[in-house]
Amino acid sequence: MKITKPEELHQHPEYKEALVELLFQLADDDFILSYRGSEWLGLAPHIEEDIAFSSINQDTMGHAAMYYQLLEDIGIGKADDLAHQRPSSERRNAVLLEEVNGPGHYLHEPRYDWAFAVVRHYFYTQAKKVRIDSLKHSSYEPLAQVAVKINMELYYHLMHWRTWFIQLTNAQGEARERMKNAVAKVFEDFGGVLTLGAKGDRMVEFGLIESEETLKQRWVQAMKPIFEEVNLDLPSEFGMKRGNGRNGEHTADLDEAIMTLSEVYRLDPLTAW
Amino acid sequence: MPVVTSFRRLSEEEKYERFMQRIEAGEKIEADDWMPEDYRMTLIKLIAMHAISEIMGALPEKEWVPKAPSLRRKLGIMAKVQDEMGHGQLLLRVAEDLMAPLGKTREEIMQDLFKGDLKFHNVFHMPAPTWADAGLIGWLVDGAAIITQTNMLDASYGPYARALKRICAEEVFHAQHGESIILALAEGTKEQKEMLQDALNRWWEALLMFFGPASSETTGASKQDITIKYRIRTKTNEQLRQDFFTKYVPRILALGLKLPDETMHFDEKQGKWIYKQPDWNKFKEIIRNNGPKSKERLRLRELSYYHNAWVREALSGQSAAV
Repeated sequence: MKITKPEELHQHPEYKEALVELLFQLADDDFILSYRGSEWLGLAPHIEEDIAFSSINQDTMGHAAMYYQLLEDIGIGKADDLAHQRPSSERRNAVLLEEVNGPGHYLHEPRYDWAFAVVRHYFYTQAKKVRIDSLKHSSYEPLAQVAVKINMELYYHLMHWRTWFIQLTNAQGEARERMKNAVAKVFEDFGGVLTLGAKGDRMVEFGLIESEETLKQRWVQAMKPIFEEVNLDLPSEFGMKRGNGRNGEHTADLDEAIMTLSEVYRLDPLTAW
Repeated sequence: MPVVTSFRRLSEEEKYERFMQRIEAGEKIEADDWMPEDYRMTLIKLIAMHAISEIMGALPEKEWVPKAPSLRRKLGIMAKVQDEMGHGQLLLRVAEDLMAPLGKTREEIMQDLFKGDLKFHNVFHMPAPTWADAGLIGWLVDGAAIITQTNMLDASYGPYARALKRICAEEVFHAQHGESIILALAEGTKEQKEMLQDALNRWWEALLMFFGPASSETTGASKQDITIKYRIRTKTNEQLRQDFFTKYVPRILALGLKLPDETMHFDEKQGKWIYKQPDWNKFKEIIRNNGPKSKERLRLRELSYYHNAWVREALSGQSAAV
């Protein structure tokens, strides 16, 4: 089955339901991670990285906007409302991506963890790459088209984070210790990034995306040589320590983030800004 | 080779004379060219301050990047602030080349900033408590920056002039980005209009101070004489401020906003704007890092610099050696 236009979805309510679920996962993942990235603005280890990182955050916010637009086109709601208005219980992002960058607030005494930033972004970006490659063949053509666009930018994001990951993990002393700790921390919740949630089987059945297990194996295959290069063990199972965000389970970090990112929007959600 | 040898044989006075002849003829000085010591020092100070101001200038807007009220605005302000950081980096590179013969690096620039020896622009010490402030910074602060930077587009120092050319082109987009936010507010609800007027009232004095005092008598120090002598800039601070009024006062009024200065008017006879002077004592305090947000923003930059020192060490291979 191929669906080429949103209007065709009326005749396939179950397909639509699985598609909407998938789009929320994709949109919410990119949206919240881009938000976390934007909190780093002005705080990166050097000016050059500040520029590169904010460029990546911008791309990622752009990707979220494209997914929210697909949802708007299906009639789920306005893209801006979907991004700013939904409470955490309705969000589908992985819990790992909502976690704060480290102690402190983005304006006061931020003691953000660059090792965590590198590992989280790198592992997520590789998972996103695997997903996007699959989505290029999605049965929902508007999504397949968006995947092709996103794929072009992902190449650079992936290269960027891979370089950081290898350099810092292969450095000796403090840097390697910090990176090892960050890897352990990210793996505790990385299962939440790789899962497609309760409706995953339906997504696969409808040809929207390939199976969770297939995607996970591709991620492992892509990471294997990197882990060998930095001399670390790659586990075969990944945790979901703080819950499955695909099912609406989230932490207080997400509530706080939503309050901040929608602060101005909430002053008057009905007006133009 | 003969040219180089003969130039080396010249006395300092003769070199200076040649140098002045070159810049007065509109020639550009390049990084490796001979230049008078005070020319080099003035440029280092000016360009390092400009670079650091671009970087510190990201901080007032930083608050509003995650909070921008729509996806489009989020993307716009992210791009804008990224550009500012990019300008900072570009200018740091220009300053670094000038500092190299003195054996100094970017590390010294950062240390001078933290010590308070290197100032960042007075406008970036001010608070930006609402979304309208974010728009106003883009529109009027960047608008003011375009005016001062355009004034140096033909600077005698080639690398700086070229950097400014690129920066000015991007600043035009920033001013449009800011204007778009401002327009939405000006055409919006009563609350949005009030938010905008408040922001203008708040920023007015800072915008006047932006261009610096009219003469060194006001604050005891001004670089404008030496920068004009060396063809780095052409207009005085006051001329730039007048240009700003001429360009923006009509636009501010056209949006239905009130000027926070009731005495402000254009005097046809004198051919200039008459306005209430800002409190130059406040200005003096600001440039001593005693402005409303000076300490907080310096703290943010300093904390991130030291907190991430391990990353720079790892990259430089120092920790591998330990």
